[in-house]
Amino acid sequence: MTSIGTGYDLSNSVFSPDGRNFQVEYAMKAVENGGTSIGLKCKDGIVLAVEKIINSKLLVPGKNKRIQTIDRHIGVVYSGLLPDGRHFVNRGRDEAQSFKSIYKTPISVPHLMDRLGIYVQNYTCYNSVRPFGVVSIVGGIDDNGPHLYMIEPSGTCWGYSGAATGKGRQTAKSELEKLNYEELTVREAVKAAAKIIHQAHEDNKDKDYELEISWISLDETKGRHEFIPDDLLEEAKKYAEEEDDEDEDDEEMES
Amino acid sequence: MNGISVDINHLKKGEVNLGTSIMAVKFKDGVILGADSRTTTGSYIANRVTDKLTQIHDTIYCCRSGSAADTQAVADMVKYYLQIYASQLPFDEKPTTEVAANVFQEICYNNKDNLSAGIICAGYDSKNKGSVYSIPIGGSIHKQDYAIAGSGSTFIYGWCNENFKQEMEQDECVAFIKTALSEAIKWDGSSGGLIRMVILTEKGVERKVFYPEDYQK
Repeated sequence: MTSIGTGYDLSNSVFSPDGRNFQVEYAMKAVENGGTSIGLKCKDGIVLAVEKIINSKLLVPGKNKRIQTIDRHIGVVYSGLLPDGRHFVNRGRDEAQSFKSIYKTPISVPHLMDRLGIYVQNYTCYNSVRPFGVVSIVGGIDDNGPHLYMIEPSGTCWGYSGAATGKGRQTAKSELEKLNYEELTVREAVKAAAKIIHQAHEDNKDKDYELEISWISLDETKGRHEFIPDDLLEEAKKYAEEEDDEDEDDEEMES
Repeated sequence: MNGISVDINHLKKGEVNLGTSIMAVKFKDGVILGADSRTTTGSYIANRVTDKLTQIHDTIYCCRSGSAADTQAVADMVKYYLQIYASQLPFDEKPTTEVAANVFQEICYNNKDNLSAGIICAGYDSKNKGSVYSIPIGGSIHKQDYAIAGSGSTFIYGWCNENFKQEMEQDECVAFIKTALSEAIKWDGSSGGLIRMVILTEKGVERKVFYPEDYQK
């Protein structure tokens, strides 16, 4: 399935005879090995969630947050090379600030995505740099309601109702497709997100994971990007695991 | 950069001055901007039919007072920024007056040492209806229901305060501005000529001109 570049894949910015920039495609491979992240756009807000793979027992649970904030009303979660993701968010923060310093109003999500798309694409044009090794899911609320975008190493950026990336993205995507985004509220989505991450974790089941969920909603968080309260997180985790147990019970009954 | 004092007689030698009477008033359907039409270099009237009401965007205008060169340059810059900003909005959305006024403020404040510009930015947008923002020398911003500025405005503060009403009809508002500017022109030597007005509503832009025989009592 993986094609060899045969010489056209050694440098960034080089086109192959069939019009591909192989370095950008190889960057996607880095993403595909990372922990799963998902985003949901509900009728009243956004929910972001990530499967944090635990590599060492020495890591302190609850520290090392993966989901980050741009300005106050936009959240970002990414899969792939984590340092690249942090750099991307930093740029997003600079763009949002520079916009605010001129226009004195928070940047709208589509506008920010435009700028970030341009920034990421820039790293596909020169052989002295490499493309970003992350796919980022950016969600926020502005004057036109909630927005959810996903941006790839090529700079391609699309708006979604539900987005998933990382190792368990196939499982996550099929689960996301089952939801009705017109009716979904953020509270329901938090539980759904926990369940989807739990199911997507099957693709990574040899390691333990920590669940991190954040949300933005005019009612629940006054339009600010925040981590969900601890009690809601516990509730969501229980919901995710109990559905699991139910499935197990069903299996037992069948046999 | 010494001290905080601002010298109003800031104009360079030979520079042209918009010694002025300008105002903008919010009314029921939107805003109306009004201005006189005199530009002076000292006591010589360089232009007696000046248009001090400059377009920034479809339904956002500004009234200019102070140095003609400074205000024209600043207005051009704001127009440029707004055009780029507008092009990146969702296709049916228009910039708000607030954004335009904030850009004015940013430029006027950051260049306060080199500018002599007193601007009133007013416009109509569908989200906020009519709004008026005053950006005096120094670069502060003040959102108001109506604003008056320029050298002639000093003589009409009392009258305007007494006679302004919220939610006026268009004709009422035109009469309010006409009388106010007529008084300002009467008492201020640096103001005169025509009274120009721009009416901004949901329907768009309408320009009006009043001649001395019409407004002089």
